[in-house]
Amino acid sequence: MECIRLDSSINSGFIDQVARESEQDPYLCYQCGNCTAGCPNNFVYDIPVHRIMRLLQAGQKETILGSHSIWLCATCESCTTRCPNNIDVARIMDVLRHMARREGYVTEKRVKQFNDSFLHSVQKHGRVFELGTVMRFVARTGRFWTDVELGPKVLARGKMATRAHNIQGKEQVSKIINRFLGDERK
Amino acid sequence: MSSELTYAYYPGCSGLSTSLDYERSTRAVCSALGMTLKDIPDWSCCGSTPAHTVDHVLSAALSARNLALAESMGVQSVLTPCPSCLTNLKVAGHRMEKDDFKKEVNALLDHPCANSLTTKSVLQALVQDVGMDKIAERVRKPLKGIKVAPYYGCLMNRPPEVMDFDDPENPVSMDRILQALGADVLDFPLKVECCGGSFGVARKDVVVHLSGKLLGLARDMGADAVVTACPLCQMNLDLRQSQINAHLKETFNLPVFYYTQLAGVALGLDPDHLLLKKLVVKPWKVLHKIQEPEAAAV
Ligand code: SF4
Ligand code: SF4
Repeated sequence: MECIRLDSSINSGFIDQVARESEQDPYLCYQCGNCTAGCPNNFVYDIPVHRIMRLLQAGQKETILGSHSIWLCATCESCTTRCPNNIDVARIMDVLRHMARREGYVTEKRVKQFNDSFLHSVQKHGRVFELGTVMRFVARTGRFWTDVELGPKVLARGKMATRAHNIQGKEQVSKIINRFLGDERK
Repeated sequence: MSSELTYAYYPGCSGLSTSLDYERSTRAVCSALGMTLKDIPDWSCCGSTPAHTVDHVLSAALSARNLALAESMGVQSVLTPCPSCLTNLKVAGHRMEKDDFKKEVNALLDHPCANSLTTKSVLQALVQDVGMDKIAERVRKPLKGIKVAPYYGCLMNRPPEVMDFDDPENPVSMDRILQALGADVLDFPLKVECCGGSFGVARKDVVVHLSGKLLGLARDMGADAVVTACPLCQMNLDLRQSQINAHLKETFNLPVFYYTQLAGVALGLDPDHLLLKKLVVKPWKVLHKIQEPEAAAV
């Protein structure tokens, strides 16, 4: 484990910003490790979630926003449910992702791309068009869909609509997203 | 009395495609139990996980458009079968209790949301509004002789402050329903563990590992089938079961039902309305076991 020089690398603005956006107090964490113990995705994390919390207390912005963990969090709410100090840890993980996104730290491009494809579909049709989402994802990532063997199973059972469901109010939905994008959210 | 069982219904996008079977069987069961589901007119996507990983106000606004539409329907509650939609709708309502947040959300909407309705899962309405007695009374073909592992997934009951129903670590509502239907319900310890959720496309390794664990334990406990209440869980466990087998060199062959499908069977509803043929792992052997209770008892 590398050493952290707190005198030179602590970013208190970062701590405050995370606290404000998540409405949580990171200093309440006393490192019991309950969150990590129940985290289903710990096995693919580069930094376990209790350590993210500790690094947050130490204002380690670069390390946290540059981690894979924040993109691989499944938002399963296990950490939030089990934290003895009632910290909404999953919400902090969400906020860290929001910040990483805004500031251009993307360590799991495919995860981000999938989410983007999903929202693009919502913006366009008002409801998500699953097949379209997957096809856009394939086009954007340049990877042929690794689930191709599932195709026949899906199609034979009519499990994926082959046409988008456009709703009447799709403009309204599109406007929600556009207004959001036009907003400078801090 | 009947007006109490009238709800604004939010099917969720997957109900139109990947979980059509959940959608149809939910409607069939609710109708058989005297519930009236009125679709929210022109409902839109709640944004699912992607939206809240981008921004909380955006996510709440995508949900609030639907809550606002439901407000004009003259009902008390919004009902949804999907835990992911449920989380988004409920979190949106919960956060909009703060005026500042509500203002930010409404600034993104054409029509403001007053946040005047409660949202609940179909599961919650079945337990609290319909009640176990009425469900048990209505059973025509008890699910005798099959062992099932009830699997709730991570979101249905968590976090407890927001979801406000059942137990976040050991929920029992689906267990109780399945028991009332006559099934032998296993005490499944992984009932709230994550299946890998929406990582199926981007990080299949995650889903294979997590869903593989769930299937492994269910099989080792002697389950004939897994029963879910979540479209994403069902897809990961059923559609991806062959992928999981290939990656883990396993031979799982466990049908993964929606609880509403099994409820429909027990209530004696028309099988065509339950879309059992949509299940990827064939359920016929298990269903056959129900029909012949003597054979199953051996
Ligand atoms: S469970 Fe809470 S207090 Fe314990 S390490 Fe995690 S965040 Fe800190
Ligand atoms: S919400 Fe994320 S960090 Fe928390 S336990 Fe689940 S996967 Fe781990």
